[in-house]
Amino acid sequence: MTPDTPGPLAEATPISPTATPAEATAEGGSLLAAVELRKRFGATTALDGASLRVAAGEIVALMGPSGSGKSTLLHCLAGIFPPDAGEVRYGDRSLSRMSETARSALRRGEFGFVFQFGQLVPELTCAENVALPLRLSGVRRREAQRRAVGELERLAVADVARKRPGEVSGGQGQRVAVARALVTQPKVIFADEPTGALDSLNGEQVMRLLTEAARASRAAVVLVTHDARVAAYSDREVVVRDGRTRTFG
Amino acid sequence: MPCIVAVMSIGHALLGLLESGPRHGYDLKRSYDERFGQDRPLHYGQVYATLSRLLKGGLVEVDGVTPGDGPERKRYAITTAGVTDVERWLAAPEKPELYLQSTLYTKLVIALLTGRPAADVLDRQRAEHLNTMRALTRRKATGDLADQLVCDHALFHLEADLRFLELAAARLDALARTVTEARP
Repeated sequence: MTPDTPGPLAEATPISPTATPAEATAEGGSLLAAVELRKRFGATTALDGASLRVAAGEIVALMGPSGSGKSTLLHCLAGIFPPDAGEVRYGDRSLSRMSETARSALRRGEFGFVFQFGQLVPELTCAENVALPLRLSGVRRREAQRRAVGELERLAVADVARKRPGEVSGGQGQRVAVARALVTQPKVIFADEPTGALDSLNGEQVMRLLTEAARASRAAVVLVTHDARVAAYSDREVVVRDGRTRTFG
Repeated sequence: MPCIVAVMSIGHALLGLLESGPRHGYDLKRSYDERFGQDRPLHYGQVYATLSRLLKGGLVEVDGVTPGDGPERKRYAITTAGVTDVERWLAAPEKPELYLQSTLYTKLVIALLTGRPAADVLDRQRAEHLNTMRALTRRKATGDLADQLVCDHALFHLEADLRFLELAAARLDALARTVTEARP
């Protein structure tokens, strides 16, 4: 057992400023890295020196008891929460040093998100929900719709393309949410309790589809879960306890 | 790898397989292995010893003998008493295992008593359990429905163990106090 301390990234091999994150991975060894992250919410310490490295194509499960800081770690890794101290690096870029606009562009273009309750837009059809991140990135409506339907087909829910989220089952809705996360062909997928609201069978199907699709496109997955059967789809687990990380294996 | 047949009655399983029609010992073994014995196939000795016991108990009978180059091959059929025995077996629920003599719990207490890091015992065990669960999850991806159910059975048991590990981790300080106060 060793703390998951990636070491000082400042000492990592220098990377060309023009390198894409994938190229940076090849040189630096990890696609995404958190170094000694600290984060407080008022009097509560959520992260207390958490560190983590995720390689391209790797599926990592963040596990730990409720309130341990695993969701906060995911939000910091995704650039949603800025840490109070420490650094998050994506390839050769430091998220902490990026503007919020640049971080938003990164989240839209290279990251995908799946949350416990899907968080689909209720007024849009399922296909429009999946197409949404493409539209926000400037893809034309017809092309975005074509790709969205293709993704829904891949996840075996093409039949709900014209339905609204309120008209589909929880399992179907979560597959739509996975399709939305995958449609931009992200380099990293962040999944926070993606099967938390589903029964065992639907949860398994969602995890199988999510991990198969991620492996096929060599996307990394950072998966927050308290469910060991969900974590069993990962390549390795990192335990978060009292805001610190420990890794095994 | 966990295996549900480890605790299964081989005799009853063979009787159940014979209900669909008489078979030779070799065919029975093959059928058993296909359905239940992926991790633990039967030895021929086990099959013939079990059939011999069932024969003696009147639960099967020899339905015919096929002569060959080697030893004669007996074909076995289930008797009415055998069918009744299978019915009785299916009707009786299995006694749930209570795991009250868990080696893991013993390790935990010994670690606390001897001042070793008990949290490490739990963490290492969690990693080991998850590795086994990963192997079963991979196996499920390629297995048929029967194999998937066998794996699911094992996965749910491992998950229960992991929930115990989490609970034990949350109560480690309290357990340490209890264990050390009770030290003779």
